[in-house]
Amino acid sequence: MNASHDNVYDALGESDHEGRWAYGAGFDETVVEVTAPAPEGVDRADLAAYCLMLADDALVASQRLSEWATHAPELEEEVALANIALDLLGQARVLLSRAGHLGAAERFRTPGLAAGLSDEDVLAYFRDDRSFRNVTLAEMDLGDFGRTMAWILVYSSWRLALMTTLRGSADPVLAAVAGKAVPELAYQREYAAGWVVRLGDGTAESHARMQAGLDDVWPFVTELFLAHPVETRLVEAGVAVDPASLQAAVDADLAQVLPVATLTEPTRPAVGLVGGRGGRDGVHTEALGKVLAVMQSLARAHPDATW
Amino acid sequence: MTAELWDAAAEVTDPEMPMLTLADLGVLRSVSQDDGRITATITPTYAGCPALDAMADDLRSRLGAFGEVEVKVSLTPPWTTDLISDEGRRKLAEAGVAPPAHIGPRSTGPVPLTLAAPPKRVDCPRCGSADTEELSRFGPTACTALRRCRACSEPFEHMKDI
Repeated sequence: MNASHDNVYDALGESDHEGRWAYGAGFDETVVEVTAPAPEGVDRADLAAYCLMLADDALVASQRLSEWATHAPELEEEVALANIALDLLGQARVLLSRAGHLGAAERFRTPGLAAGLSDEDVLAYFRDDRSFRNVTLAEMDLGDFGRTMAWILVYSSWRLALMTTLRGSADPVLAAVAGKAVPELAYQREYAAGWVVRLGDGTAESHARMQAGLDDVWPFVTELFLAHPVETRLVEAGVAVDPASLQAAVDADLAQVLPVATLTEPTRPAVGLVGGRGGRDGVHTEALGKVLAVMQSLARAHPDATW
Repeated sequence: MTAELWDAAAEVTDPEMPMLTLADLGVLRSVSQDDGRITATITPTYAGCPALDAMADDLRSRLGAFGEVEVKVSLTPPWTTDLISDEGRRKLAEAGVAPPAHIGPRSTGPVPLTLAAPPKRVDCPRCGSADTEELSRFGPTACTALRRCRACSEPFEHMKDI
């Protein structure tokens, strides 16, 4: 019998778990799809980089959402935001493990790290901000509840369109993650759309804050539809989705929600890329460093700790 | 022997919905034995389901009597609430959780956003009234939403159709 069944605290001292920091066992060991070979003719490094992009989009967004724990306006919304964070974390974990299986974690395994640390943990906790590949939308400061709802609406609409197409990816892991993600993201989008309408078409105060929240999100939208060279190459290989192809779906969702919410499409200009480089190249806004400081500090202070 | 192993694994209950076995929930995919080594394969309900690790622990514990156990996770095909057995639906209702509706085959095309979707009919698991309302789209576990019955005034959980 497993000792953890007799006393829940015993499990905290167990050291035989593959995953030390993540809440479960190492996904790279147990998820059967993760260890599949890269599809024939697909560059391993490109595929790893793409998995990392989609993983970081979800991981950083999940961390941002979890900041709402104990701060949400109502208990129900707190539970909702935590659930959405959990869904995204689930996507991130499999994608990080896939990236790790394809070799992405090796250069972050510094000599001080425990050998048993799983790839997903190395990639989540021991990479600096310049090595993160998420779009900058994922890292923006949420703060206000209205801004958070505008953010979830845009993010879930975009990622849902992406995952809808990615279900047909030549890579079995990307297809599997997408297959699970589609209904979850559709549910999240419906939740956020409901709040955007409720707040936008609410009181003068809620309307003003909902519009301001949407305005805050707007500068980060343009980047969602720009293709990185890795994405362009993988689109040709039948593995990735062309970000430019997602704009119509996001536009259609917003065109449906904004009039009902009595909101106007913002006119704020996009945040500029730096020399043509953005989040996909590791060029981030100041916000990411703060997100990572919170997310990584404990693991870095105690790299050998086990849960 | 494999049938015996399956039966043993199928009896393991879900850590968050203990009224359901893993077989009722439709997350137990296969149990096989090769050279004394047992492999049980499960699939997560939601991608981030935190109960997965506890399920794996419980399976290892239950099957440990038969030999060395390895638990694997498979994501394809993705789980849907349509995989919950009729027996599972009956047990859910009995425990006061409204079972999910049948969705049928999932479309492979884009999922349209419907702002003005007609209110979903979910019957109260206590009094059977169809006059119920949603309290919260997200409940205490990833798979449930919270509702209230307008007829008997009791709140209840609804297993979301997904």
